[in-house]
Amino acid sequence: MLSVEGLRHTFGEGGGQVVALDGVSFTLMPGQALAIFGPNGAGKTTLLKVLAGLIRPQAGSVQVTGGRRAIGWIGHQSHLYEHLTVRENLLFWASLYGVPAARRGPRAAEVLGRLGMRDRADRPVWSLSRGLAQRAAIAKALIHDPSVLLLDEPFTGLDLAAAAELRALLGELRGGGGGAAGRVVVLATHNVDEGVELATDVAFQRHGRFVHFAPRGGREPAGIAEAYRRAVTDG
Amino acid sequence: MTLAQKGRRITVLALVCLAAVYVRALAFTPVERLQGPAQKIFYLHVPAALWTEAAMILVGLAGIFYLFLKDPRLDRFAEASAEVGTVFATIVLTTGPIWGKPIWGTWWTWDARLTSTLFLFFLYVGYLLVRGAVRDPGLRARYAAVLGICGMCLVPFIHLSVFLFRTLHPQPIILKPSAPSLPGSMLATWLFSLAAFTLLYVGFVTQRYAVSLTRDAQRGERTGRA
Amino acid sequence: MDELFAQAWTVARKDLLLEFRTRTAIVSTVVFTALVLTVFNFGRDPTAVPTIDLAPTILWVTFTFAAMLALNRAFQLELENQALEGLLVSPLNRTSLYWGKLIANLVFVAVVEAVGLPLFVLFFDVPVGRVLVPLIGVIALATLGFVAVGTLFSALVIRTRFAELLLVVILLPFLVPPLIGAVQITAQLLGGRPLSEAVGYFKLLAAYDIVFVSLASFLFRFTVDE
Repeated sequence: MLSVEGLRHTFGEGGGQVVALDGVSFTLMPGQALAIFGPNGAGKTTLLKVLAGLIRPQAGSVQVTGGRRAIGWIGHQSHLYEHLTVRENLLFWASLYGVPAARRGPRAAEVLGRLGMRDRADRPVWSLSRGLAQRAAIAKALIHDPSVLLLDEPFTGLDLAAAAELRALLGELRGGGGGAAGRVVVLATHNVDEGVELATDVAFQRHGRFVHFAPRGGREPAGIAEAYRRAVTDG
Repeated sequence: MTLAQKGRRITVLALVCLAAVYVRALAFTPVERLQGPAQKIFYLHVPAALWTEAAMILVGLAGIFYLFLKDPRLDRFAEASAEVGTVFATIVLTTGPIWGKPIWGTWWTWDARLTSTLFLFFLYVGYLLVRGAVRDPGLRARYAAVLGICGMCLVPFIHLSVFLFRTLHPQPIILKPSAPSLPGSMLATWLFSLAAFTLLYVGFVTQRYAVSLTRDAQRGERTGRA
Repeated sequence: MDELFAQAWTVARKDLLLEFRTRTAIVSTVVFTALVLTVFNFGRDPTAVPTIDLAPTILWVTFTFAAMLALNRAFQLELENQALEGLLVSPLNRTSLYWGKLIANLVFVAVVEAVGLPLFVLFFDVPVGRVLVPLIGVIALATLGFVAVGTLFSALVIRTRFAELLLVVILLPFLVPPLIGAVQITAQLLGGRPLSEAVGYFKLLAAYDIVFVSLASFLFRFTVDE
């Protein structure tokens, strides 16, 4: 479970203060995927950083069942060391996340298999193509089997096929519905078309505030995109 | 009265006191037997040296409190104190050689005390450079606090190396454990000078603090409008 | 506590593995050390100054320069693909991160020193046989002190402009006490004087290590967290 209450955070001081988060509250249960749409500078990345514990908010609280150990983060950057192999990277991060030594090898193999990278496991990261590197980054984020996935513009730089593949994977990881417990997914993007299929809940963020926050229900992507356009352009 | 005005008044008062110190030092205090009139610079040199160190310690203390309280006023004070400390270090480093030339026969020697003030000066410069290299105010304050605390802890080590290193410097005659061996009238003049320097420090810091207050407010307005 | 050390070791092992893979940094630093020693040989008049008088200075200036190069890369390699952000999102304890970096830096500098010391003995024909154990002790004590401070500062400057330059400027004043201590003890050892004369400096080095390793372990979190 991921629960936040009354988050507020600003940057700068005096008259130059920028409000990045303003009274954001929500609770997500496993199996729920929240897609946050907002223009650049709306505070989406700040929100994710607060959820991940990178920024301590000035007000409000964050509760994640399982703490830092439960969080998987996929951002603009892969966090991989270019001169280590994919497997070495995975083992390193597994160790930091407290995966027991005996479980690290099998777990890495499992994640690599799931992402179709088993035959590239022993290649250094610098030798991978962009798409493969992105997959390796996802493998890194999943290595400790996180129950909360935080994604910051994960589709940036992916071609259509790769983006579709990632969406399918994320849908599978979210799970839920079919009896399985599933995971909490929070996805931030400025492009409605990219994330909406996956979402169970939709929020529009603007000037640090959720101007719209509701279950997706049966709404079509086109309808949500239209609502988003109106929410972002009016007043 | 604004803060800047208060600061200016304290500074003026301090400068008047300092002038009085020198009237007293030159006209009413005996000339030191061995060093002659050159010793007079000591009334300027030693209080400035003390405040160079004290200012660094205050920068460090402000840093400790900043890390716990996150109050931007503490950071502004640390910045002001560091800049005033730099000025005082400059006074020490200029008066030292002026005294050194007639007494030691050379402008500069790698005497441990002079050298340690030089390194304190470099420490201040580094501290101010780090402040200048970080744009985000919160980050800048945090980095400055960390560096300031380390600087504060470095001061006793610089001192310790003074006592261990062979030194040409006159042994401390005021702050030594036994009773001060300075003649009474010289000590009185010196204490007066120390008081003047304390006022000068307070005056400078107050003014500098007022400047950063105005600057922060202006910067705020500018980015606010943009 | 075990967890803290285990995590620190994980970070250190990863850094050393990376170092071993690329080898550029360690090889350049070793070559740099050899070059500095060579330059020193030509930067003196062998007929005027006996080598033994200059030897401690040569040794320590070389080691400090080499350590500076090593320290710069410690956090540089975490900027690749923003791995540092990944470390901060993970449950890694900040103190463990600092210790991990410290261990990796110490190993790196120790390797450079292990190559540098024999070269120094070879180039300058310094008899170290009898004093090898205490000499290694001094090197270890002094290196621990300045690498501890340097590791903290390299995290401090990493997100600023001109990080490499800034690191050198803020670190140098902090190198003075350990450097003075190390040079003095080395001079006494190489001069064949009894070790008891150097006790004060040993205490200085030990106190410096204790103070700055604890201080840096505590302050490190403030340099990385937002």
